[in-house]
Amino acid sequence: MERNITLIALFAALIAVLGLVPKFTLMSGIPITAQSLGVMLCGTVLGARRGMLAVLLFLLLVALGLPLLAGGRGGLGVFAGPTVGFLVGWVVGAYVIGRLTAKLTSLPLGVAAAVAAVIGGIVLLYIPGIIGMTIMLDMTLQTAFLSILAFIPGDLIKAGLAGAITASLARARPGIVATRPAG
Amino acid sequence: MLALVSPIDTPYHRLPAGLKFGLLSLATVVLFLLGTVWAQSAALLVVFALYLVVGMDFLRQGVASLRPLWPFLLLVGLWHFLLGDPAEGAVVCLRLLSAVALANLVTMTTRLDDAVDLLMWLLAPLRRLGVQTGLIAFSIALVIRFVPVMMDNARRLLESWRARSHRRPGWQVIAPIFLVALDDATRVAEAIRARADLSTYNADE
Repeated sequence: MERNITLIALFAALIAVLGLVPKFTLMSGIPITAQSLGVMLCGTVLGARRGMLAVLLFLLLVALGLPLLAGGRGGLGVFAGPTVGFLVGWVVGAYVIGRLTAKLTSLPLGVAAAVAAVIGGIVLLYIPGIIGMTIMLDMTLQTAFLSILAFIPGDLIKAGLAGAITASLARARPGIVATRPAG
Repeated sequence: MLALVSPIDTPYHRLPAGLKFGLLSLATVVLFLLGTVWAQSAALLVVFALYLVVGMDFLRQGVASLRPLWPFLLLVGLWHFLLGDPAEGAVVCLRLLSAVALANLVTMTTRLDDAVDLLMWLLAPLRRLGVQTGLIAFSIALVIRFVPVMMDNARRLLESWRARSHRRPGWQVIAPIFLVALDDATRVAEAIRARADLSTYNADE
């Protein structure tokens, strides 16, 4: 119990840290926020349930008025804005990423985590995200989809990194990655 | 940790958080019902007036917090303009501005303690379903404590990167950030267990 609560709170804090650390280059020259990478890692490292709870806890703190989203944004305004669907997608995404990483046992952990991150952290993240944009901005699904296409390459990089980082965490501390308890 | 609460003291700070939240929900629903440019313009003027009542500096703060919206406004405006329906675009843009500005107003004038109290009050019915709402309050406090600690850890790791490399810190530093946190987790969990039995934890006690 204590360990679960601690891990959930820690990962919620880590999502915040990845959004606040300034000037992070994920690939040479492309400055993208590492925050959604944190969400992916919640799923791959903590597993479905705890990963989802960590994301929910993080969003709760944002709603309470803490500036924890990348760029120091936060507060209730974020949930009235056009990107609210993506925040919903984070919750769904973390859960699915956790489930998939644990399911794909025939693949090496790094590959399984990366595949899960692509499916949960990109495909499933963008569905509520795009629906949210069509509601808040009164757009058609196609226009909303076209307007976010530019972000997909960055997200693919993040999914790959999520796989690599998960694998290196499992190597450094065998047994610590909940989706692959055997190491 | 820096919160988004405005340092400018306003009369809104003294309103009960629940009342502000209720009015905000109501106003947001109304905003989605107003269909004409005129009604939406009037609504936005009212919202700005709510800021201006406090003072020019407060209005400036409010406008600054709307800045992240401009790419979306541009996108929507351009799209509706190309479709030949600029009025519809204006309605959407004005509504977005009002809704976000109103929500920001509540956040800017509600202290974290009051927001947490309101949350606990809203969650109270869940207690009947067996949800330990006290644990949620406890987790919130934990995260607020963890964020500066984790930031410090991250900063230290970034500094040691810079000490060794002329390149900017890259993604390779993320794994150590998580490792340090995971190592801390064991100790923190032990410390909590030594002080309280969380299985029966209740914030009211």
